[in-house]
Amino acid sequence: MAIGDYVPHAPGYVETPGTKIVTSRFTYEDSYTMERYEATGGYEGFKAALKRTPAEVHGETRDATLLGRGGAGFPAGIKWGFVPEEVWPRYLVVNGDESEPGTYKDRLLMERDPHQLIEGCLIACYAIGLQQCFLYVRGEMAIAQQRIADALNEAYAKGYIGQNILGTGFSVDIVLHWGAGAYIVGEETALIESLEGNRGMPRLKPPFFPAAIGLYGQPTIVNNVETLANLPWLMSNSADEYKKFGSETSPGTRMFAVSGHVKRPGVYEVEQGVTTYEDLLYGDDYCQGMRDGRTLKAFVPGGGSAPWLFPEQVSLPLEARPVGAAGSMLGSGAIMVMDDSTDAVKAALRLVRFYARESCGKCTPCREGTSWEEKILQRINDGHGRPGDIELLLDVADNISPGPYPVASHESEGLEAVPFPPKQTTICPLGPSSVAPITSAVRRFRDEFEAKIAAANNAEVSP
Amino acid sequence: MTATEPEVETGVAINVDGVDVIANKGELLIDAAERHGVYIPRFCYHPRMKPVGMCRMCLVEVDTGRGPALQPSCMLTVSDGMTVQTESDVTKKAQDGVLEFLLINHPLDCPVCDKGGECPLQDQTMAFGSGESRFVEEKRHFQKPIPISDVVYLDRERCILCDRCTRFAKEVAGDPLIHFQARGNETEVNTFPDEPFSSYFSGNTVQICPVGALTAKPYRFKARPWDLTESPSTATTDSVGARITVQSSRNQVLRYLGVDSDAVNWGWLSDKERFSFEALNSDVRVTSPLVRGDSLGTPSDEGDQLVAASWPLALRKAAEALQGVAPERIAVFGGARMSNESQYAWAKLAKSVLGTDNVDAQMGDGLSPDLVLGLPRATIADACAPGGTVLVIGVDPKETHGSLFLRLRHAAENDNATIVEVSPTGTGLTEYAAHSVRTKPEQLAETVTALLAGSGDAEASAALAGDFTVVYGPGTLSADRSVIENAIVSIAEAKPNATFLPCLHRGNVMGALDMGLAPGVLPGRKVLGTTPAGWDRAPSGRGMNTAAMLERAASGGIDVAILLGCDPLTDFPDAALAEQGFNKVEHLIAVDCLLNFTSTGADVVFPAASSATEADGTFTNIEGRLSSISRKVTPPGTARPDWMIAAELAAALGSDLGFIDLDELWADLNTASSLHADISMASVVDAGPDAVLLSGSSLTAPSSSEIAKSAGSDDGLSLVVTRKMYDEGTMLTFSPSLNALSGGASASMNPVDIDSANISAGDEVTLSNDIGSISLPLVANDDVTPGCVAVEFNQPNASVAQLLDVGRIVTTVRVESAS
Repeated sequence: MAIGDYVPHAPGYVETPGTKIVTSRFTYEDSYTMERYEATGGYEGFKAALKRTPAEVHGETRDATLLGRGGAGFPAGIKWGFVPEEVWPRYLVVNGDESEPGTYKDRLLMERDPHQLIEGCLIACYAIGLQQCFLYVRGEMAIAQQRIADALNEAYAKGYIGQNILGTGFSVDIVLHWGAGAYIVGEETALIESLEGNRGMPRLKPPFFPAAIGLYGQPTIVNNVETLANLPWLMSNSADEYKKFGSETSPGTRMFAVSGHVKRPGVYEVEQGVTTYEDLLYGDDYCQGMRDGRTLKAFVPGGGSAPWLFPEQVSLPLEARPVGAAGSMLGSGAIMVMDDSTDAVKAALRLVRFYARESCGKCTPCREGTSWEEKILQRINDGHGRPGDIELLLDVADNISPGPYPVASHESEGLEAVPFPPKQTTICPLGPSSVAPITSAVRRFRDEFEAKIAAANNAEVSP
Repeated sequence: MTATEPEVETGVAINVDGVDVIANKGELLIDAAERHGVYIPRFCYHPRMKPVGMCRMCLVEVDTGRGPALQPSCMLTVSDGMTVQTESDVTKKAQDGVLEFLLINHPLDCPVCDKGGECPLQDQTMAFGSGESRFVEEKRHFQKPIPISDVVYLDRERCILCDRCTRFAKEVAGDPLIHFQARGNETEVNTFPDEPFSSYFSGNTVQICPVGALTAKPYRFKARPWDLTESPSTATTDSVGARITVQSSRNQVLRYLGVDSDAVNWGWLSDKERFSFEALNSDVRVTSPLVRGDSLGTPSDEGDQLVAASWPLALRKAAEALQGVAPERIAVFGGARMSNESQYAWAKLAKSVLGTDNVDAQMGDGLSPDLVLGLPRATIADACAPGGTVLVIGVDPKETHGSLFLRLRHAAENDNATIVEVSPTGTGLTEYAAHSVRTKPEQLAETVTALLAGSGDAEASAALAGDFTVVYGPGTLSADRSVIENAIVSIAEAKPNATFLPCLHRGNVMGALDMGLAPGVLPGRKVLGTTPAGWDRAPSGRGMNTAAMLERAASGGIDVAILLGCDPLTDFPDAALAEQGFNKVEHLIAVDCLLNFTSTGADVVFPAASSATEADGTFTNIEGRLSSISRKVTPPGTARPDWMIAAELAAALGSDLGFIDLDELWADLNTASSLHADISMASVVDAGPDAVLLSGSSLTAPSSSEIAKSAGSDDGLSLVVTRKMYDEGTMLTFSPSLNALSGGASASMNPVDIDSANISAGDEVTLSNDIGSISLPLVANDDVTPGCVAVEFNQPNASVAQLLDVGRIVTTVRVESAS
């Protein structure tokens, strides 16, 4: 299949009312071309930034409280400030290895508006004062890679990238790097390892965070695609303008990728903090409620790694802090909706299987624990569960993520929410992520697990 | 830091399990706790490699002021006020959990596993585990075991993926040939297809494997750890003197393990050091004295073969051969394989009883003892000092001094040491050297002089502008030793502060020089001219070295030759001269463990106990470090320690060496050698892994005016003869696991020369000169100096010794297509 015939396998972008900061060009057929980009205000933000000092650009970003869109939600302006002074060279690495289950917003940003990402990179490079940027794009995203490559060539030809950009004396090179298709490489230190040509396995942090010792041992800023895509608009306008959108603590808009049992799944750009899950899932302009007249059973609010939320939590705003306090995370903005036809055991199994297969194998609890979890869930689901399997499952999970795991409250049972984040015996959060569907499903739908175990026929597997 | 603050580093106060202790600044928590008696379980952590924090077994609860949290203690540097709980419920739950995870896919085949009984996983399961498995599914399966190299097998089912072997291969050995593959639960360690883990150091991975995943061919299924007994000892394969422990069961040596000596080998061994003990277990060991006899096995002077004889008969035959022979017509070859004690005994027998100074432990590939013993000596630590500079000349440590290579490599890779190499060809260190200067062998001294004068390679000259250490060896076997000696002496004269680490060939060669088993020297690094206390006499005139003795023999000037564990016909660079020499010797007496090409022609062979495992003694390494060798097993048959044979022979000659046991021998040595005056064997054993460093010498290195200068070479290419770790040496030949590893000889030339000679790489070429000719494959190599052709010594497919003449400054050859 030629790239021109490409048909997206996930739902696409859904146009909604209101100002769009990062998806404003998505409705154009030729949104990815230099021609369209320049005709719609492209590279103006970068030109505006070049007229100011790097410190001013950095300050504007900090003032805008531009939160990282990769999952952790750390303010980009503050992260940039962690780069030690007078240490050169330093690098910007763009994390385009979007692979969190349910997340497909960065792919659209890279496919439909690659110039916006490149412009964002250029602004960040200028603000941090660096000359080398690496664009790490997930291996499977062929069309994104192709369009970014074309866009980079166009931008080099136009003099937006390269030596002495637009006669300002500022120089930067951007290198496109294709991943080989591993979820773990979305973790920033594993991404750095992969970029260095090593096996994609996370580094231990502490002692060193990439901002201090990263790629090739040099200070490195790793930013998410969507985070950087906000910068052109921010520079064309201002932090004050930016903060008119969203809530005070989470300004701006954010892309949410909704999948599952809603009438109209897709990627939506909405204001953070002021919009609620309910607005998004049930709003007529948005997902329009559950399909086939069914009711909501549970939803994953921020990518497969997020503990599940339930109907009583739909009024939560789309903002990191309240969602975290409620026992989950805003994460990568991927919402997976399950209606009442969903088998909770099967859903948990499907998610856990993903983590078991994607574990990099570096540390013991994740390598062995996630696949053990999968095996137990598989057994229960296949009708070979044993009494005590639920306790075993929870204890295995506890050995990966010790202590109370973040989970939503269950008021009818009098159970309080456990706030995010979880603890871990592992190096990175991949292992603990596999625990999220388990604790969520068992706490709320224990009866489904028990029913499968009660109905089990173990005659054929008994030793 | 302000000027008023004290400069003294103080410790870091931490609290481990309620006890306040002082850790060293920058120390890892796991080490600090262990030093204070709290052992934190671990699998992936190894003190000689970078921590990775992968196995998670060393998780402990640590509070640095922000509340207790589980942290891997192998990755955590101590900080002031740190509170550590290694026994709390949270810590124990985490450790039990990790152990259970490690065991769910681990085959519990401990009863048939080589590691069972000494297995960290087994031990820690006993100490920390829950005792029962909750895992009911089928375990992970792999084909087991698979060979990953000629000596190492891998059982991936047992593997717990701790990254120790893979880290060793990459970080320590520099041979990244084993890797993690696949991911998640399917992760495995393996090699790339058709790229075996052919590292000279692969055996170390077996030793550091925390489970039975890696096993060594020579030890598989040979013993259970609880049946082994062990003794601390020293590897005698090369002159580094790596510290080892020798393990045996039922009077058979089964395994060497590296011991972590901070001064010497850091626990690592080359595979040659680790596995060549196999030769000592050979079925063809000489187990009784042999004399000439007939085909019925009856001793007879006219017999054409060696037959078993009694000790008295053999001693009588040997004494008869030696009786009345003028001292200058006796030649003693070898002795570098023996212990210091045996070397002393034989030196005393040769120089005091027989009165000859024709004694040389070096086989024509050595350096003058005056030079080696006269130069200011460096230690390995000096050569590998962080931030230091080391000049490597005339030796390829990776091939001949494996554990020293690992230290030098570590210094260059991790400790910011600068290696400058001057060599006609690339070596194992070229990859790590900051500057590699190429030179034709005959121009070595000029090249070095130019570098030191600042007129050579600019960057290398700059690196050598300050103080540095010199690691040197005998250089190419195709050149006269004056070639390298001129270079070394010119360094010593230009750089009075330079210190020197001599990398001579053969195990205890430094002991041989210290004990006087070389022409012109007496025990304790002294020149001829006095009689050591307790000796009847000492030679007055300087004797001959091996090459001169062979030349004298070839002209009929040697009546009796004594071989002390050596094989000059194989090992002497000039094959023709060795053959002519031994053909003319009237009586040949050999002392050895195994018969070789030369000793099969002997009239009398005395069976020697192996100086590595069958006799107590001491060893002197390249630094002058005196370390112990332990008798671990009894020698086969009636074999005896070499020193005892010397004492018996002296008695048969009607003389007395003055000692009948090692204590008396040491008492004799104490008086004869001031260098060894205050030392006893017990004090050497008690000194532990780092042993006793001897220093001082009354010898002075010759000045440059005393060494012959190199003349110009003939037409043709200068031949460079290099040594490889695996060759046709006696020990390797009789070690089943190693004897197939010699890679064969090839002719390596610079592509420039290949192009101009109208031949091409891969061709079979003929190397010839007026002495002989050999055929071997041609290899293009940019690291060979133009104008040179490099060939490996003593390989199965071609014998470059057939081209060599030790009388020439540098042997030259013509290279032509063989077809």
